[in-house]
Amino acid sequence: MADYPKASLILENGMVFHGYAFGARRPATGETVFSTAMVGYPETLTDPSFQGQMLCVTYPLIGNYGVPAAHTDADGVLATFESEAIHVRALIISDLSFDYSHWSAARSLDEWLREQDIPGIWGVDTRALTQVLRESGSMLGQIVSEADAPAADVSDPNRTNLIAEVSCRDVIRYREGAGKRVVVVDCGIKHNIIRCLLATGVEVIRVPWDYDFNADPATRDWDGLFISNGPGNPDLCTATVEHIRQSMAFEKPIFGICMGNQLLAKAAGAKTYKLKYGHRGHNQPVRMLGTEHCFITSQNHGFAVDDSTLQGDWEPWFVNLNDGTNEGIRHRSLPFFSVQFHPEASSGPLDTQYLFNKFASML
Amino acid sequence: MDKSIKKVLVLGSGALKIGQAGEFDYSGSQALKALREEGIETVLINPNIATVQTSEGVADKVYFLPVTPFFVEKVIARERPDGILLSFGGQTALNCGVDLYQGGIYEKYGIKVLGTPVQSIIDTEDREAFAARMEEIGVKIIRSAAVSTVEEAAAAASQLGYPVILRAAYALGGLGSGFCDNEAQLRELADKSFSYSPQVLVEKSLKGWKEVEYEVVRDAFDNCITVCNMENFDPLGIHTGESIVVAPCQTLNNHDINLLRELAIKIVRHIGIVGECNVQYAYDPDSDDYRVIEVNARLSRSSALASKATGYPLAFVAAKLGLGYGLYELKNSVTQTTPAFFEPAIDYIVCKIPRWDLGKFHGVSRKIGSSMKSVGEVMAIGRSFEEALQKGLRMIGQGAHGFVGNKELEVADVDEALREPTDKRIFVLAKALQKGYTIEQIHQLTKIDKWFLHKLYNMVVTWDALQRFSTVDEVPSELLRTAKRQGFSDHQVARAVYRDIDDIEPMQDAVRTRRKALGIVPCVKQIDTLAAEFPARTNYLYLTYNGSKNDIDYENDGRSVIVLGSGAYRIGSSVEFDWCSVNALQTIRSSGWRGVMINYNPETVSTDYDICDRLYFDELSFERVMDIYEMENPHGVIVSVGGQIPNNLALRLHEHSVRILGTSAESIDKAEDRNKFSSIVDALGIDQPKWKELTSLADIRYFVDEVGYPVLVRPSYVLSGAAMNVCYSDDDLERFLAMAAEVSQSHPVVVSEFMQRCKEIEFDAVADGGNILAYAISEHIEFAGVHSGDATIVYPAQKIYVKTMRDIKSVARKIAAALEITGPFNIQFLAKENFVKVIECNLRASRSFPFVSKVSKINLIELATRAMMGEHPAPVSKDEFDFDYVGIKASQFSFTRLLQADPVLGVDMASTGEVGCMGDNFDDALLKSIVSVGYPVPQKGILISSGDALQKASMLDACKLLAAKGYKLYATGGTQRYLAENGIEASRAVWPSEYEQNPALAEQFDVALDLLENKKVDLVINIPKNYTRVELTNGYRIRRAAVDFNIPLITNARLATAFVRAFCSMTMDQVSVKTAAEY
Repeated sequence: MADYPKASLILENGMVFHGYAFGARRPATGETVFSTAMVGYPETLTDPSFQGQMLCVTYPLIGNYGVPAAHTDADGVLATFESEAIHVRALIISDLSFDYSHWSAARSLDEWLREQDIPGIWGVDTRALTQVLRESGSMLGQIVSEADAPAADVSDPNRTNLIAEVSCRDVIRYREGAGKRVVVVDCGIKHNIIRCLLATGVEVIRVPWDYDFNADPATRDWDGLFISNGPGNPDLCTATVEHIRQSMAFEKPIFGICMGNQLLAKAAGAKTYKLKYGHRGHNQPVRMLGTEHCFITSQNHGFAVDDSTLQGDWEPWFVNLNDGTNEGIRHRSLPFFSVQFHPEASSGPLDTQYLFNKFASML
Repeated sequence: MDKSIKKVLVLGSGALKIGQAGEFDYSGSQALKALREEGIETVLINPNIATVQTSEGVADKVYFLPVTPFFVEKVIARERPDGILLSFGGQTALNCGVDLYQGGIYEKYGIKVLGTPVQSIIDTEDREAFAARMEEIGVKIIRSAAVSTVEEAAAAASQLGYPVILRAAYALGGLGSGFCDNEAQLRELADKSFSYSPQVLVEKSLKGWKEVEYEVVRDAFDNCITVCNMENFDPLGIHTGESIVVAPCQTLNNHDINLLRELAIKIVRHIGIVGECNVQYAYDPDSDDYRVIEVNARLSRSSALASKATGYPLAFVAAKLGLGYGLYELKNSVTQTTPAFFEPAIDYIVCKIPRWDLGKFHGVSRKIGSSMKSVGEVMAIGRSFEEALQKGLRMIGQGAHGFVGNKELEVADVDEALREPTDKRIFVLAKALQKGYTIEQIHQLTKIDKWFLHKLYNMVVTWDALQRFSTVDEVPSELLRTAKRQGFSDHQVARAVYRDIDDIEPMQDAVRTRRKALGIVPCVKQIDTLAAEFPARTNYLYLTYNGSKNDIDYENDGRSVIVLGSGAYRIGSSVEFDWCSVNALQTIRSSGWRGVMINYNPETVSTDYDICDRLYFDELSFERVMDIYEMENPHGVIVSVGGQIPNNLALRLHEHSVRILGTSAESIDKAEDRNKFSSIVDALGIDQPKWKELTSLADIRYFVDEVGYPVLVRPSYVLSGAAMNVCYSDDDLERFLAMAAEVSQSHPVVVSEFMQRCKEIEFDAVADGGNILAYAISEHIEFAGVHSGDATIVYPAQKIYVKTMRDIKSVARKIAAALEITGPFNIQFLAKENFVKVIECNLRASRSFPFVSKVSKINLIELATRAMMGEHPAPVSKDEFDFDYVGIKASQFSFTRLLQADPVLGVDMASTGEVGCMGDNFDDALLKSIVSVGYPVPQKGILISSGDALQKASMLDACKLLAAKGYKLYATGGTQRYLAENGIEASRAVWPSEYEQNPALAEQFDVALDLLENKKVDLVINIPKNYTRVELTNGYRIRRAAVDFNIPLITNARLATAFVRAFCSMTMDQVSVKTAAEY
């Protein structure tokens, strides 16, 4: 194990998990969370919603199929990743594949993490770690090598506005003039959402999270509004909530995903709260309320909408079958709706991708 | 849920055979449990008497009858069920169910088919219909043509371009299927395929593509989930039943996985499955191109594996969905809080490895390919691929210690062995890696994904590193840890380090001591379906070195009892020991103890976590049992209900202070050790056939002079072929020893007197402190010489002298007392005229325990377990003469799948399964059991070759009966003359060699092989002259042709006579149709 020096994960409650360092050889800190997804590490690691987090993957064998080369498609959207960079602060796994095998792979997971300066630790009892996080809730932690002294204090990433860190800086247009115009508020958008929207034949106008798109003559003439996923605490996103509230007055279609669900709920006057350890994985069952239709969904969130605070014409739309938490809301008469799960998947199951067409058909 | 359904008929799968084994006992048992929970009355038809599902308390009514439309309709008419389940009994039940549908039976009796509609089943089974259905939704299937003649097949193949693969429709497990590289091969195979099915599919071969499977569940509300995906280690071209399989898929990325998942759901919705379905894909290793290979609209071997791999009870859920439940209405049976509508997230890897027994057969090809030959499988669980694989390779129980560190494999040409895989495939890979083949070279030769090969190489690296040390204390702790994380056993580590020491056992103890001192110990993890996301009270466990914390807090109250299971199904050990294990667990639990199971066979009920308080899905090795024993601190361990594997562990466990319940390990050893047992028997004044352990040919000759031919020869070291043989002459003896065995000081040969024309009698019993509590005496229909596992057995014995019976009981009492037996045991006797001799004694449950227990309605395992638990149960007083019915156990053979194997019975066991039927009399019971193992009563002609003079004479009465019944008889030369001399008319059939020497004979007579090919006969009775196995004789060619053309074949004169008498004395309509309880 000469190539992989010993390293440890130290949780804020003092528990220590031993393993071996890979990827970038430097210490890391962050909020430790777990995901039960069994595939999709290139997509997951580049998902901006993981900003600030150290990710423990419960599936033990990771790195098997390497990492694809980055390339962008004709629309200027990344084809193989969900954003330009890795967003997790560190990766925590059990068994690392030193060698990979897949026709689409260009490098190993270890190499990719080094290139992107992200540390990893393997050899960890990820099941035991997951049980700790499940029982005690997501908690801060740090990864240090044998040579490093642990940091005395780890700052909580949820206290900073993570969305501001991952949102785009400027307005970006995709397929200008292609069709109906959809303003996409980028709270840390996954590129597959852009791909899915474009696939419906619309033009996408991607704007920064706090951009006042109703004030800008170049963007205010929209047919539909979309609020993306994003990291962290929705309470730190007041500017976006205010813009959504203003937009509702136009009674034009509004669709949100994940953070978008929480922000739309807040704009509708409801409240959000932090889940003990969140939903992260590809096997989350949801049911469309009032129907027998159930879907397996991909999820990645630590906060949720409090159903009991929904007011007026707003109602819950989907519910999580495991724990009964909110998985989507909708307005009874106006074309406003959002989901907590990820219909764009990537990674994960494609059961609910039809929602993009539903949104497009309303425009 | 549909409340109108009050009574449901479930079709079982019959005898275990290659391609259809114990997995259907598991799925049927789960379905019955699901129905009973709803208060629905259940009726089961299944002649497989050794199964758990046919035990008391599983179904309300059990019929031990053949699963054929004829008998199922009789039961329907009698029981008038509201609904029927077709998808829990494998291809047998499905085919029967389709026949009943096409015969209008469901309509006639107003029965609802629960779950997937029959038309949907037909759409998946008929390849043309399937292709059309897939085209409707734009799903790509392997380009193929459905043909119904050999000419059409040849034309289709030349259009598609070779290589092609042929598949017979409606055939289980790829029977009659295979690859053809040219027209000659195609014509040969097509001929055979059409004997299984009127429709054959010719398709382009995609050799080298990955093979991937999905298990999909759909409810009546169109909700779909994929419970598990699996990937074959071997690329397409090797039947999934012949390949190592991993779950979940390892070499597919998110795009691949969800592309195929989405397609699977699309297919299942379009076909209209309600319940469970399996979708198999070929997947391009160089792009995301795919083809659907097939869809199984029923529970399958893969679904049983998926259930065990994930903890998701597919069969149970499928049965509930058939009743009209929505997936969201059912609970996840592991968490009990979350719903059944979810997809398991697993945090381990499972590895399924097939178990072959090709060494048991003469002449069989050892190559593996598109047709299934394996007889069982194991599933290993780990948190690294290396760990799971090495566990699995030990579990298959064929002497491997893991991937590396095994006895040197002789491979003449490694390149060829890599290109043309055999049952030794995985060990050839080890050999190639150790010989310095690169990953790339091996990949080119095998097309196995490089990811797997890299992982295999990791173990070679570790092995080499270990070999640099010469005591375990020198091995650095990190290296030892790495080895254990890669699944190296202590034994393997010891072999690497102590290369020059022959006796590894003490060294293994040294490794154990050393690693425990270093804190390198396994930890126990739960299988909870949700990767620890939710708390689960699951008792489904495995051990791993890739972890630091136990999931279980042990009670340490000494109230646990560990039962060691039976391991992989193999020839000689299968579902009967699963029944024994399950019954032992039930007894333990009902007496207020904690029942703990260790077993690793995914095809069993004993590995259903509902059956016990804790299930360790792990190795039955000394090392692992000790690990678990140290964690559990149990009251004791039961080693006598799981067949030979636990029995063999007894002494070693005992020596390491493990408490063995029941008969002592020393006594077990005394019965197992030939010399020790022999001297006990001699001391008790009990007769046994003469035998001697000999080390030279001269000694053997000397012994033969004393006892006379024939003799039974058992080498301790086998070069090739079967391990045992009967020799009738000096010639035989020399030929066998030269071909099959090595005789030397270190490899002695056991030679015993072989008694001809003797009855063989089974004595199954339970004793407590050396006193017999209950017993069952059954007799073989065949004379001794046919292995007891292949023989047809009658219980209670019908035709033995009262004196013989008395002698047997007296001998058994003496042995039970001498060995102080507490628990189950079995003694085999030879009887002739007025003597009885003991051949063998096993201080464990035998293969016939479930049979005699169910026929006598006395559960011998329950009694044995209570004895072993120290409850001192009262002796059972039941007089065998009181039975006014008969039970007959018949054997199922799978020769059709074992290309070129000689389908003749002998001293080595060849059957893969069995049935047991009850009847009002011998004929009634025999007819049902013989029909159940796939020998329908003949309607047309019978081809007879009746062996030597004595056998010809013994067959005479049967031939008279056949002639009187108006059967057209064909007989080969000698037999035809003999029959004519005795006034029986038979047409002469020309032997293959006669025809070859003189083709003109065909103008005058029928050619035997033509009779078979043209289906002019529907029964072949071919009695070999003796038990010597000589290949490529006339007899072999006729027997093999009968098997290849799917014509029933009987090779034993006694059985043939009994069968003929039975079907000549009563018609099928006179056969009794009663539940087991009604006898």
